[in-house]
Amino acid sequence: MLATAVLGAPTPIPSPTIEYGQLAPMLLVFGAAIVGVLVEAFTPKYLRKSIQMPITVLSLIGAFALTVWEGFQGVRNAAAMGAVAVDGPSLFIWGAILLLAVVSVLLINDDDQFVAQAAAVPGSAEEDQAISQGGAHTEIYPLVLFAVGGMMLFPASNDLLIMFVALEVMSLPLYLLCGLARRRRLLSQEAAMKYFLLGAFSSAFFLYGTALLYGFAGTVDLGGIEKALGTVGGQDSLLYMGAGMLGVGLLFKIGAAPFQAWKPDVYQGAPTPITALMASGTLIAAFGALLRVFWVALGNLDAQWTPVLWAVAILTMVVGAILAITQTDIKRMLAYSSIAHTGFLLTAVVATGKEAQNAGALAGILFYLVAYGFATVGAFAVVTMIRDAGGEAGHLSRWAGLGKRSPVLAGIFALFLLAFAGIPLTSGFFGKYAVFAAAVAGGAVQLVIVGVVTSAMAAFFYVRVIVLMFFSDPAPEGPTIAVPSMGTAAVVTVSAAATVVLGVFPQPVLDLAHTAAQSLFVR
Amino acid sequence: MPWLSILMGVPVVGALAVAAVPKGNAKLAKQLTLAVSLVVLALTLVMASQFDPSGPRDQFSEVHSWIPSFGVHYAVAVDGIALVLIALAVVLVPIVVLASWHDADQPEAKRSVKTYFALILVLEAMMIGVFAATDIFLFYVFFEAMLIPMYFMIGSYGGAQRSYAAVKFLLYSLFGGLLMLVAVIALYTVAGKGTFLQPELIGVIKDPATQKWLFLGFFIAFAVKAPLWPFHTWLPDAAAQAPAGAAVLLVGVLDKVGTYGMLRFCLELFPDAAKFFTPLVITLSVIGIVYGAIVAIGQTDMKRLIAYTSISHFGFITMGVFAMTANAGSGATLYMVNHGFSTGALFLLAGFLINRRGSQYIEDYGGVRKVAPILAGTFLIAGLSSLSLPGLSTFVSEFLVLIGTFQRYAVPGVIALSGMVLAAVYILWMYQRMMTGPTAEKVKAMPDLNLREKFVVAPLIALLIGFGFFPAPLLNVINPAVEQTLTSVQAPQFTPAVPATAEKKGPGQ
Repeated sequence: MLATAVLGAPTPIPSPTIEYGQLAPMLLVFGAAIVGVLVEAFTPKYLRKSIQMPITVLSLIGAFALTVWEGFQGVRNAAAMGAVAVDGPSLFIWGAILLLAVVSVLLINDDDQFVAQAAAVPGSAEEDQAISQGGAHTEIYPLVLFAVGGMMLFPASNDLLIMFVALEVMSLPLYLLCGLARRRRLLSQEAAMKYFLLGAFSSAFFLYGTALLYGFAGTVDLGGIEKALGTVGGQDSLLYMGAGMLGVGLLFKIGAAPFQAWKPDVYQGAPTPITALMASGTLIAAFGALLRVFWVALGNLDAQWTPVLWAVAILTMVVGAILAITQTDIKRMLAYSSIAHTGFLLTAVVATGKEAQNAGALAGILFYLVAYGFATVGAFAVVTMIRDAGGEAGHLSRWAGLGKRSPVLAGIFALFLLAFAGIPLTSGFFGKYAVFAAAVAGGAVQLVIVGVVTSAMAAFFYVRVIVLMFFSDPAPEGPTIAVPSMGTAAVVTVSAAATVVLGVFPQPVLDLAHTAAQSLFVR
Repeated sequence: MPWLSILMGVPVVGALAVAAVPKGNAKLAKQLTLAVSLVVLALTLVMASQFDPSGPRDQFSEVHSWIPSFGVHYAVAVDGIALVLIALAVVLVPIVVLASWHDADQPEAKRSVKTYFALILVLEAMMIGVFAATDIFLFYVFFEAMLIPMYFMIGSYGGAQRSYAAVKFLLYSLFGGLLMLVAVIALYTVAGKGTFLQPELIGVIKDPATQKWLFLGFFIAFAVKAPLWPFHTWLPDAAAQAPAGAAVLLVGVLDKVGTYGMLRFCLELFPDAAKFFTPLVITLSVIGIVYGAIVAIGQTDMKRLIAYTSISHFGFITMGVFAMTANAGSGATLYMVNHGFSTGALFLLAGFLINRRGSQYIEDYGGVRKVAPILAGTFLIAGLSSLSLPGLSTFVSEFLVLIGTFQRYAVPGVIALSGMVLAAVYILWMYQRMMTGPTAEKVKAMPDLNLREKFVVAPLIALLIGFGFFPAPLLNVINPAVEQTLTSVQAPQFTPAVPATAEKKGPGQ
């Protein structure tokens, strides 16, 4: 009686509208992931791999086709009641992530990369038994699909809560996958543990920041927060603390200094195919989310966050380039190189201004991410092929003289390194040019000067590997070069081709990036 | 006919063909390389015969849009300066190929012979491209990309310290290049014309401060490349460790990109800044002339000695470029060509000596002229061309540079003269120690030049003597281009702010 008096007549809750068609690429990936889980439950062990692999690849390709179709339709909408933004940048990022995921899955499909039984203690009798029985964790495929789905949702979420959910959906499978390396399992488990703990911290920061911003704006909607910036007064401490904490969470995910410490450990310990997926896909997704938060929600606060991101960008470039020089493990070196590239990308994030300037910067970032993604996957694919008795030959000294033993493979790896160094006629050059040009146009000339100085430093350690491979004499008992499986060979070929084509005829992809960036983020 | 694209395409196709030659057949790879480079030479001569010195500045022009989003064009054309430098490159390449016939052969080193020759052809295409590019972005692309084949040529086929030298070479050049990249981007942004075409960017940057910064960005890259003192330290290492043929292309052609860039980009795009920095650049040039010469005297390794003489010569070239008089400009351009032939001959002969004796140290030789008179004689002529003896082509260019500099900067000109005297010391002293006196024990069995080597040296000596007596064919092509360059540099100086007719109108009219 009293309750009805207070609440009045019960009003029907309107059911939310969800544009299933626009979200189809993501739904397909998530759906396939769930089917994958069912396959794990109901099919005999020996059949699983031959079912999982086609499901995974076909769903990713199907999602890519749907994304392309939406791109042609020119979809630009905040779907699902404004929770998920399906706009130009989202579609471009989806396409890039899906392509790179297909390529990474070809690597993941390789035998001999993942542990036979994750629960077995390293070095124990159970482990030997699992290996001799030919055990394999086919859960990897659905886990990868969940991670990829999270990667797609993360940069497209238009609402901080959805973004948090996406962050977790993306990260949790990756934490697990990191610990599943077949060789050097302790290192792998350590990597998973570190990634999980630090990742959990950063998620907590993100969530706390979300809460504070909700306290400030009364909404978690990115567009709503932007509107609140102009109207809400006297709550600046909530705003700044919230924005800062969100920033910490996001900068952690892209691996910007001073939140970069996890990257080398995780990249080194994780199974190399997973490292390839993380180094390409996660970076793209996290950059998309970072841009959406800083440009959409905090777009009018740029006077406050620009100086901070300047400092972060400089620190990231310098830390990445300098620490990479001291590395002796190829995967750690590539991890620090990835940190340096994160710094280069940040130079364009701070270069905001008028709409045309923003579109140019966004297009530059998108192009860079694609160029870098392909070169990275290719480089890690080569890493999987250089093997010692105990697994991959990670130590740089083992790579000496590779150019004389296997000139083609070493030549391709050198191509990827030159692309990382930004030498003209490789994709990396145009990527670097695009972001630096945007940064100069946005008035960040000093940042670009730091960028080129650190690029020169970075060139040193890329070139050092080329020197080792081509100019040093082969080690007497050098590593063996695994005969690549069809999948690995395809990955290396596709990545090398992408690196060259984007370095000579970048125009089609640049056009695509410009079209995607033209109308900026939907609000 | 797209002459310049053909000139670049032929060596690239040739390089692919050479790379596709079966592994055991090194001889075929060499013959193919030589044939391709001779075809390119022939094509260049045909193109040059159609060049009209009194015609428009940019000839054989091709402009195609390459990356519209960045405003980048595939734009190539040549003026007189670019034409003679392209000619220098394509003349040197077949000579270098012939001279390097056995350089990559040592079987114990397990080096791929065909790769070396394929790299030479790739480099040739890029050398043509860098001089022909009229789009600044395209120029930059060639400028950086050509480091890679040279890096592998030094690093894979060079001497004992090759990987150190190769990395030093690459990092120095890359660092300079990246600074230039900032300037290129800034030029595009500040100009706001949406294009990188050099002719359209002349005179666009007006603000003096901006000009100075952009000038510095370009200039440091070119000063590292040239190399100008104090950016020179990579050159002696790189040239001493590179195989002789690669050293010729490196010092003879690649380094000219630096001085060419100063003339073409620094002066024309940023004339006011260039004038502002002239005292500094002239000072550095003069220091380089004297310093290079003195250090050359003290060298014990003949390849390093030749490298240091080049640093001295590059001082003359930059001085000529920045003196900004017609004589000095023409002299500097002519100097670039002659220095290529002269230093090329010296490096190649030094390479022949090193192949025979197995040592690059001057002290290991003595009395060579008794056992190998032709080798010693041609070495002397090449040496004399390096010290600019009248009658050899280098004299003409050095004389023009000095005259042109005196017209404007007398004191630096006088100091630079000492470089000529010191040149006599380092060349003649080296000749004396190596070629005269009692024949050293290890040199006694040294064979004289064989037929292949004579074919290598003869064209260079012929060019040095020929252009020494009759430089007109080169100067006729160079002079109009230099005059046009200087016109665009000095344009603001001579254009009255108020037209002459308007001036007559007094207040009463």
